[in-house]
Amino acid sequence: MIKLTVNGAERSFDGDPDMPLLWYLRDELGLTGTKFGCGAALCGACTIHLGGTAVRGCVTPISAAEGQAVVTIEGLSPDGNHPVQVAWRDLNVSQCGYCQCGQMMQAASLLMDTPKPTEAQIDEAMSGNLCRCGTYPRIRAAIHQAAGQGSAAAPANKGERL
Amino acid sequence: MIHDAKLMAELAAETPAAEVPAVLANVSRRAILGGLGAFVLALSLPEHARAEEAKKEAPKFGADGMPHGWRDDPKVFVAIAQDGTVTVTNHRSDMGQGVRTSVAFVVADELEADWDKVKVVQAWGDEERFGNQDTDGSRSLRHFFQHFRHAGAAARLMLREAAAKQWGVPVAEVTAQNHVLTHAKSKRQLGYGEVAAAAAELPVPARESVKLKPASDFRYIGKGKIGLIDNRDITTGKAIYGLDTRLDGMLYALVARPPVYGGKVASFDDTEAKKVPGVVKIFKIDGGQIPSEFMPLGGVAVVAKNTWAAMKGRDALKITWDDGPNAQYDTDAFRQELEKAVRAPGKVVRNQGDVDGAMAKAKKRVTAEYFVPHLVQAPMEPPAAVAWVKDGACEAWACTQGPQAAHDRLVKALKLPADKVKVNVTLLGGGFGRKSKPDYVVEAALCSQAVGGVPVKLTWTREDDIHHGYYHTISVERLEAGLDEKGMPVAWLHRSAAPTIGSIFAPDPKHELPFELGMGLVNTPFNLPNIRLENPEAAAHVRIGWFRSVSNIPHAFAIQSFVAELAHEAGRDPKDYLLDLIGPARTIDPTSIGDVWNHGEDPKLYPIDTGRLRRVIETTANGIGWGRKLAKGRGLGIAGHYSFVTYTSVAAEVEVSDKGQVSVKKVHIAIDCGPQVNPERVRSQMEGAVVMGMGLALTSEITFKDGRAQQNNFDGYEIIRIDASPEVVVHLLPNPDYNAPLGGVGEPGVPPVAPAIANAVFAATGRRVRQLPIRDQLSA
Repeated sequence: MIKLTVNGAERSFDGDPDMPLLWYLRDELGLTGTKFGCGAALCGACTIHLGGTAVRGCVTPISAAEGQAVVTIEGLSPDGNHPVQVAWRDLNVSQCGYCQCGQMMQAASLLMDTPKPTEAQIDEAMSGNLCRCGTYPRIRAAIHQAAGQGSAAAPANKGERL
Repeated sequence: MIHDAKLMAELAAETPAAEVPAVLANVSRRAILGGLGAFVLALSLPEHARAEEAKKEAPKFGADGMPHGWRDDPKVFVAIAQDGTVTVTNHRSDMGQGVRTSVAFVVADELEADWDKVKVVQAWGDEERFGNQDTDGSRSLRHFFQHFRHAGAAARLMLREAAAKQWGVPVAEVTAQNHVLTHAKSKRQLGYGEVAAAAAELPVPARESVKLKPASDFRYIGKGKIGLIDNRDITTGKAIYGLDTRLDGMLYALVARPPVYGGKVASFDDTEAKKVPGVVKIFKIDGGQIPSEFMPLGGVAVVAKNTWAAMKGRDALKITWDDGPNAQYDTDAFRQELEKAVRAPGKVVRNQGDVDGAMAKAKKRVTAEYFVPHLVQAPMEPPAAVAWVKDGACEAWACTQGPQAAHDRLVKALKLPADKVKVNVTLLGGGFGRKSKPDYVVEAALCSQAVGGVPVKLTWTREDDIHHGYYHTISVERLEAGLDEKGMPVAWLHRSAAPTIGSIFAPDPKHELPFELGMGLVNTPFNLPNIRLENPEAAAHVRIGWFRSVSNIPHAFAIQSFVAELAHEAGRDPKDYLLDLIGPARTIDPTSIGDVWNHGEDPKLYPIDTGRLRRVIETTANGIGWGRKLAKGRGLGIAGHYSFVTYTSVAAEVEVSDKGQVSVKKVHIAIDCGPQVNPERVRSQMEGAVVMGMGLALTSEITFKDGRAQQNNFDGYEIIRIDASPEVVVHLLPNPDYNAPLGGVGEPGVPPVAPAIANAVFAATGRRVRQLPIRDQLSA
């Protein structure tokens, strides 16, 4: 029996200890905000926080989460208003949006460690997160905004539902 | 009429509310089916629209030319609840282009609705009811903008009529503004919700009696001020994609497919797979058909209690494949075949003047060949669907670009009556053409059928996506020009050889179809006296499919690179040379230059306008500072292209390191797509097109050996990551006339990216790239 917390709630699991957290979260708990993109830690769509750090859920077996706290996009903030979530909406970062949960979880982790990241630090931290729609310019701008830095490159169109 | 109301009511009743995501149509459908009084301006047969359509005569263009055409019935697309909530039904799939947002605010604008009170629901696949739903070809707004405007305006007129009736005043005295109806003379007001029930009882007004707003009155259209309607759901993980649909008791499936197109299962041993805890059912799916069309490839399916168990079960299968006729397919060898093909005469697809005579007399002859490999769309969400086959009916939830196509294939595969099959459309985690082909939806249904009435989620892994795709074609383009003493071409011969998309529909066609030739080959609007275009034969050995911007990719890469090569031969500036080749601003009837397709649009309404093409090129040239002095190792390149009845240009600045590594520093992209409904999303589409175009220019390639794709995942099939993503500046060419024809947006940004980069590499290094991807070609 593996015990862990997911978004603050205590959970236990007595299935295959090799099951990646990705599939535990999605199939067993119904937390589908954590996405499947590659299954091999190549795209970052499944990024979650384990013990406060971004990890790839698709290659992290649930046994590695024993006694630890897992946070998914659904638990990133109580009201959906974490600074990265707000910035993502303000700048309309998403196109299809599928990779963006992973992008935001990675960005939130970056900002925990590096509150005012440089462009190079953003590139380094975010280069494991693929976006096929090509939203990278806005991801950069949104991270700067979430860090309270603003960005000259930010698009002029703001607002969730203006 | 909801065609399968009984089934849907039954399924809806069995689906726990918590499991049904807000972005799915079945929320509203259940509300409707459950007889909730909220939706009073509700659904009815679009008789009016159908009668109108029946009157139309051939030839048909635009939406008229698509299966099931268009609808604009407000009773189909607009519902207003008693609390004033406006629900817009969007029948086009949203894969990142933002169509759910744009459609909703187009209707809301003409309806004079308060955007804060507007919701959108997704239509299920039913083209008879909603009009054409194939979301491809960059034409959702191009085909439906005016019709959605009409639906909104007609609903607004009905609200005014209902208020007028209630007040006993002439309709002309009732105004509707921002969700409020006003009779100024008597200073009376009503909210939209208050008259919605009465309005719903009124007949839909005659089309000619409905007046659209002047553009000066637009609140939302063209403003670019509205955020994505799904923004909150997306940023909180609540948005539901094809992979995210959950039904009670659902099982999970994967399929092991033949590694070679046309192959099938010879035998399989599932002893070990059956031992994997959680595996429920293993069964064979017939396959091996060529052409496969949109139907499954066959293989062995593993259904399990969760995705992980299905994966482990599939890994434990021992399958012997009969590889079939494509077992020898090798892209290195095939490239040589294509090269051989373009070095000999082929089927003439456009011929003007006397190319051979002019070529013989030319001062100088220049020849070059360009290669573009297979690509795979690789949307971040791989193909996935949930299907539930039960009691002689099927309901599916899928990330599909073509819900009617999916519906029709389910009917065929399950041998069910059409009215017993329903396809719901989720959000799409990217599409790029892959999700126009619903083979995966059929696989999901076959799995559900095999486990006897239980819903099944069918997932494609990334390896599945890369190994069993509907690939972008593989091509060699050979161009030859005869130049005069000034270095301008007096003769132009272009041979294009590429397996056709037609090969998934018909046995062994060898030539590109008109729609492929019309993607930047025959309709290149150069001012040339003698031009001949040929299409030598090429056979397909894998499934060939649409990839964002399709045949425009190889055609634009070859032509726009070749123009820069000719400019170099002539000792001229490549931008000036390109503009001279395009010639003066003029309009060209596409049919006069051999383009019988014109992206399905009326050639009179959509002539090729070289002035617009010139303008986008001049715009990016100015933007990037064309002609400025650059540091060593840096270069500027430019390209322009006409596709999807839209004009685009890209100017790129690249840096090539001493070791030959290419990095793109800055990209300016300009688009003239006519009037822009949602400039904010046009901008984002251009940003994204640059990144996707960079991927195919720099890193992406699918190769085959022994009929098998050689790449597996995002390590072998590389796409652009953020650290390679350049500064992108988007120029939107303004067009304030919202009655002018719209151009496409989703695809046209892609074609000019690769040639602009290749031309910039040449400017930086003097080395000409003639095959994609560039990868480490310059390191040697």
